[in-house]
Amino acid sequence: MAAPMLRWVGRGRRWTFAQVDGGSCHRREAPTGFTSNRIRGQSSVAQQPLYTTQKPRKGEHKWAAVVGLEIHAQISSNSKLFSGSQVRFSAPPNSLVSFFDASLPGTLPVLNRRCVEAAVMTGLALNCHINKKSLFDRKHYFYADLPAGYQITQQRLPIAVNGSLTYGICAGKKQSQVIPKTVRIKQIQLEQDSGKSLHDDLRSQTLIDLNRAGVGLLEVVLEPDLSCGEEAATAVRELQLILQALGTSQANMAEGQLRVDANISVHHPGEPLGVRTEVKNLNSIRFLAKAIDYEIQRQINELENGGEILNETRSFHYQLGCTMSMRDKEGKQDYRFMPEPNLPPLVLYDATSLPADADPQQVINIDQIRETLPELPSVTRERLVQQYGMLLEHSFTLLNEVGLLEFFQNVIKETRAEPKKVTSWVLNTFLGYLKQQNLAVSESPVTPSALAELLDLLDSRTISSAAAKQVFEEMWKREGKTPGQIVSEKQLELMEDRGALEQLCHSMMEAHPQVVMDLKEGNPRAINKLIGLVRKATQNRADPAMIKEILEKKLSS
Amino acid sequence: MWSRLVWLGLRAPLGGRQGFTSKADPQGSGRITAQVIEHLERLALVDFGSREAVARLEKAIAFADRLRAVDTDGVEPMESVLEDRCLYLRSDNVVEGNCADELLQNSHRVVEEYFVAPPGNISLPKRDEQEPFPHS
Repeated sequence: MAAPMLRWVGRGRRWTFAQVDGGSCHRREAPTGFTSNRIRGQSSVAQQPLYTTQKPRKGEHKWAAVVGLEIHAQISSNSKLFSGSQVRFSAPPNSLVSFFDASLPGTLPVLNRRCVEAAVMTGLALNCHINKKSLFDRKHYFYADLPAGYQITQQRLPIAVNGSLTYGICAGKKQSQVIPKTVRIKQIQLEQDSGKSLHDDLRSQTLIDLNRAGVGLLEVVLEPDLSCGEEAATAVRELQLILQALGTSQANMAEGQLRVDANISVHHPGEPLGVRTEVKNLNSIRFLAKAIDYEIQRQINELENGGEILNETRSFHYQLGCTMSMRDKEGKQDYRFMPEPNLPPLVLYDATSLPADADPQQVINIDQIRETLPELPSVTRERLVQQYGMLLEHSFTLLNEVGLLEFFQNVIKETRAEPKKVTSWVLNTFLGYLKQQNLAVSESPVTPSALAELLDLLDSRTISSAAAKQVFEEMWKREGKTPGQIVSEKQLELMEDRGALEQLCHSMMEAHPQVVMDLKEGNPRAINKLIGLVRKATQNRADPAMIKEILEKKLSS
Repeated sequence: MWSRLVWLGLRAPLGGRQGFTSKADPQGSGRITAQVIEHLERLALVDFGSREAVARLEKAIAFADRLRAVDTDGVEPMESVLEDRCLYLRSDNVVEGNCADELLQNSHRVVEEYFVAPPGNISLPKRDEQEPFPHS
């Protein structure tokens, strides 16, 4: 039974959402085949996200999937959550470890102010209620990369609760409609990261590097409002953009700064929820969607065949495209939660409750943080639509591609051309070239200034639109020539000389008397043939509108 | 006493969060069952090697049970004895670390600046697989 595969369309680095077969929760209008050859596929939104099985049985029971996510984001800070050792992605093993991180006796946790601010900022950006008092707890379990034998987390009373995350699913005939969806946020809590284990199966040992042990994490727990891989992937992408905009986390999944675990179950609508499994080892947005859809289909197939779902943990194997059980025989884990005895409650203030004589270093004012929140992605998109007259879907594309928004804004700054022209060139031509060669914006051979110069030439009618495309192709070759240089080298300037153009039109008309006859007999479209001939003769250096005007004048005389 | 050092393989949390009284002793029974001992040994990696140890545990529980004699209706429980203190907030500066050599000295085995641990997934043998221990 084929698992529903999300086909990765376009060889660009960015994973785009193209549903292929009936396994998607957003039903397509054409049930068979993948009909679009653009980067985005087609789909339409169903009234309710539902799955049907591959082989409909008698009575075709519909299944609904329920997906909950637990997302861990590494806080972007200089030092760790409870100690003063450095936070850095790569460093010699165990060089970024303090005595506390190594859990040597006699060491105590000291809370990092920056991590608390990051948690409050994130909570506010996600519309959460910030708990003015939150508590720290110990979660006990044994593993070699957790030297203390427990993790300090916030189980009883986390720092933020009851928020929401809004994301947009592209749907409609040409993926041009953006449907807003919301997933509720149960809570956000501060907790410690563990160290890293490297398994050496050959020598039957595990090597432990504690550089990551004690780094601050934000755990964002989403309510199970999601129903398929596409929704989960989109929601996580939006969260990534928000965290990056806030600066609270770099949220790079490839570097392990953002980790997602999914809890998945299926049931018939109206009936109680099914047994859920947890899927781990999801280290890219693309695999996240793939794994969730695979697991949903696996559960459906299992239940349809009379089997049952075990409450277990499964790991996603990306080479095989499937989830496999982690063979857990221990049953439910008992973490023996207890209050962290070395940390008093964390108390936050707002403008009204702030004590007058407080040391500003020692208090955190929620209202002050709220005032200094940077612009969030959803607001940025709205602003782009208002300011530059682009479609909402365009703003999504601009934000989704790393570095593209900055590129776009730099071009706008340096060019006289209309914003709509810039949008079109950046999103169609520029992005198209990038995708074709699988390049990131940062690897582009064309700089914003160069594109701005090209658009200025187009805007001042120095070259035609077709010529501009030619110039762009030359610019992409990295030969270091400016657009101006390419235009003069290839003699692509629009013909200024009206007299010469009139001569050319005249000779064309004389050379093709049948076409002229055609026109005079009342076939207006024959003029296009003439225009085409003249254009070719000028090697695309004449403005087609001017050619048409001259020809019409000649014909009527 | 650690009679053997074993590692629980999986740290994957299954299911929801536990409350604080996870495996409460049946009230006032005073008797700890073999199942509870096994569960505690697995959780805490403590070896209740003898009958005396279990008896000590039972006495400790009985001692703590005396708290129930206090009427706490309508009284808000404390979070900890520190709850009235101020939680100190540290500035986000790097002031520690860079002592790999010192830390690695604590480890029995070291490979190229990594601590060496046994591979995961060695599970604690079941009670009936271990040497039998007198238990009424």
